Amino acid sequence: MKHLKTLALALFALTSLAPMATAGTLADVKARGVLNCGVTTGLAGFSAPDAKGNYQGFDVAVCKAVAAAVLSDANKVKYVPLTGETRFTALNSGEVDLLARTTTWTYSRDTSLTSDFVAVNYYDGQGFLVRTKLGAKSVNDLNGATVCIQRGTTTELNVADYFKAHSLKYTPVPVADDADGQNQYLAGACDTFTTDASGLAAARASLPDPDNHVILPEIISKEPLSLVVRHGDNNWGDIVRWSYFALVIAEEKGVTAANADSMLASTKDAEVKRMLGAEGEIGKMIGLDDAFMKRAIQASGNYGEIFDANLGEKTPLKLARGLNALWSKGGLQYAPPIR
Amino acid sequence: MIPQANAGRPLGLTSIANDTRYRAYLIQLVALSGFVAFVLWLGHNAAVNLAAKGRTFDFGFLWQRAGYDIGQTLIPFTNDDSHFRALLVGLLNTVVLAFASCVLATILGVLIGVLRLSKNWLISRLMAIYIELFRNVPLLLWIVLIFVIFIESSPQPSAYKVTDEMIAAGAAPAARMGFFNTTALTTRGVNLPAVIFKNPLPDISIGATTFNPTWLFLSFAALMVALAARAIFRKAARVRDATGKRSSAPWLVAPIIVGYGVLIVWALGASLDVPALKGFNFVGGWSIPHSFSAMLLALSLYTAAFIAEIVRGGIQSVSHGQTEAAGALGLRPGRVMQLVVLPQALRVIIPPLISQYLNITKNTSLGIAASYTDLRGTLGGVTLMQTGKELECMLLMMTIYLSVSLLTAIAINIYNASIAFRER
Repeated sequence: MKHLKTLALALFALTSLAPMATAGTLADVKARGVLNCGVTTGLAGFSAPDAKGNYQGFDVAVCKAVAAAVLSDANKVKYVPLTGETRFTALNSGEVDLLARTTTWTYSRDTSLTSDFVAVNYYDGQGFLVRTKLGAKSVNDLNGATVCIQRGTTTELNVADYFKAHSLKYTPVPVADDADGQNQYLAGACDTFTTDASGLAAARASLPDPDNHVILPEIISKEPLSLVVRHGDNNWGDIVRWSYFALVIAEEKGVTAANADSMLASTKDAEVKRMLGAEGEIGKMIGLDDAFMKRAIQASGNYGEIFDANLGEKTPLKLARGLNALWSKGGLQYAPPIR
Repeated sequence: MIPQANAGRPLGLTSIANDTRYRAYLIQLVALSGFVAFVLWLGHNAAVNLAAKGRTFDFGFLWQRAGYDIGQTLIPFTNDDSHFRALLVGLLNTVVLAFASCVLATILGVLIGVLRLSKNWLISRLMAIYIELFRNVPLLLWIVLIFVIFIESSPQPSAYKVTDEMIAAGAAPAARMGFFNTTALTTRGVNLPAVIFKNPLPDISIGATTFNPTWLFLSFAALMVALAARAIFRKAARVRDATGKRSSAPWLVAPIIVGYGVLIVWALGASLDVPALKGFNFVGGWSIPHSFSAMLLALSLYTAAFIAEIVRGGIQSVSHGQTEAAGALGLRPGRVMQLVVLPQALRVIIPPLISQYLNITKNTSLGIAASYTDLRGTLGGVTLMQTGKELECMLLMMTIYLSVSLLTAIAINIYNASIAFRER
């Protein structure tokens, strides 16, 4: 009977270890004391470890802002590198609380993958990187080409649709991630590497001879890269969305990481006062304290500061603001008012 | 053995637990119900969690349009085909790779295993180094290494290009095609000439799938001819052994069969399709992508190291007396190995060999490391990603790998039974 007892105990231990329905992501993150943020396996400018092994980048800054808002410490983030294939499974299974991983918002992902897309942090489109000496001036010159495509991404479907619509033939070569794609492209295993134009800029910047490579002018798709949370936890979705919107509104109002504290004391703008927690009770409505937006801004600066530091003209990527300029400057970045 | 104390007692509830005759059954019954309950709980847990996330469990997505393209396909596939056909494409790629790797790994493994026992110190040491090197480094690293060597060491397709200026200047292109200008090695793969038919047999449709039976027909015909030839030659040998008369029949039959073969091939309009550089890549002919070659080579070299050890163990299990006896009969060492040692060693070799074949089949799922699109790449990769049906795809994939492995095991077990030691 001793063995049976052991068996019963083991079974009980197994069953109690199994995942239970979560009470709420906010409570989980607070209890854990760390935000699990899903990022790329390494895409310069968006999320990649620096020389010291610390994650840096445009998406990483969003993780930091959310961690600062929720846990009051921008460094309490565990970065989980995910491939295109594993990201949604990791999010759905609770391995990460938030995807800030250049993920395109599409109809089928929004509905059938049971994820919620809370905000677009980068408006992108799919492009093609080719060698200058190939002589291709447009995607229409790529008939018969071998194309390196990241597996499990929307780009795979876009290429299929675009080449079909233009009666072009191609041979797809599936690659696991950006690094794999760059290596195979560089070795000549494919004529062109296709992914989001921002990713191509990052890839081109990291090549030994960027001048011998060119990004073709056509953008063949809309790629709104979004922050993604699990479906069904609306409060957590609100927290991520408004931590991000705070960064956009901060740029609009001229609030930076450096001047947030002094603005708090000096500003006469009622919305800035509400945002920085000097007035109203914005925290209570969302389950945090009133200063959560201020902390989000102070983590890595406002949207413009984050863009300039990671993707802008002064970085190797040299990306223009383009669609990602504020709405007031001809772009699409627009945040609803804090009211 | 029934303990005396329990022998005459009536059967009661307490005696079921105490009586050794029934206790064993009771324990097994409890363990079985516990296991069944555990499986049921797992299923229930999955169902509840799926319902909580508002997800359904159905395989209807298999008939939806796939929407993606696949580079290496053995049956025609376009992005308008269903996810199910993509599954088939992936499965065929997996099976072909697994089969080719099993064959190559066995040949290499037997060779290396025999050489490992060579009395030549240098050869046996070299084989030992090979075995230790390959079986102690993870397979994934070998795949990546071999794939990178393949693509980095071959010339770009553009290196074969001959422009008008180059002709005018008398300059040669950077790379030339081999084997009488029929074969090209590029960063993408090897382009070989292929046999094509001008008047192939009509297509056959089975359900929604169509395929051309020409090659199947030719392979079948070749197999039939080989079997017939074997029967004729065997009969001739029997007649010769019994009567001492040499029959000339086989030498008359052979030209007739060959003649028919030539006629069939001519009627089908066979011609050689030589690959030619057109645009970015070589077009025409038969192209073997590096992703396949690299996977094949890595899987074979890696598994051959394990098979070699199995073969060595098998050979060493055959008593040395057998070798000496065969030598005493006047057999040369090569014949001793072939006729006496290997047939007996096979009985020890085959069972662990099955595990190696199963390992190869399962290890093909590392294909993405070399951009090879196998079952995990289509069903477990893109289809899973685009439809979000993780549970269905994973279960289906596990079932398929399980079935393929079981079929392999059954086939080899049948062979094993045929060579097993028969007691007379």
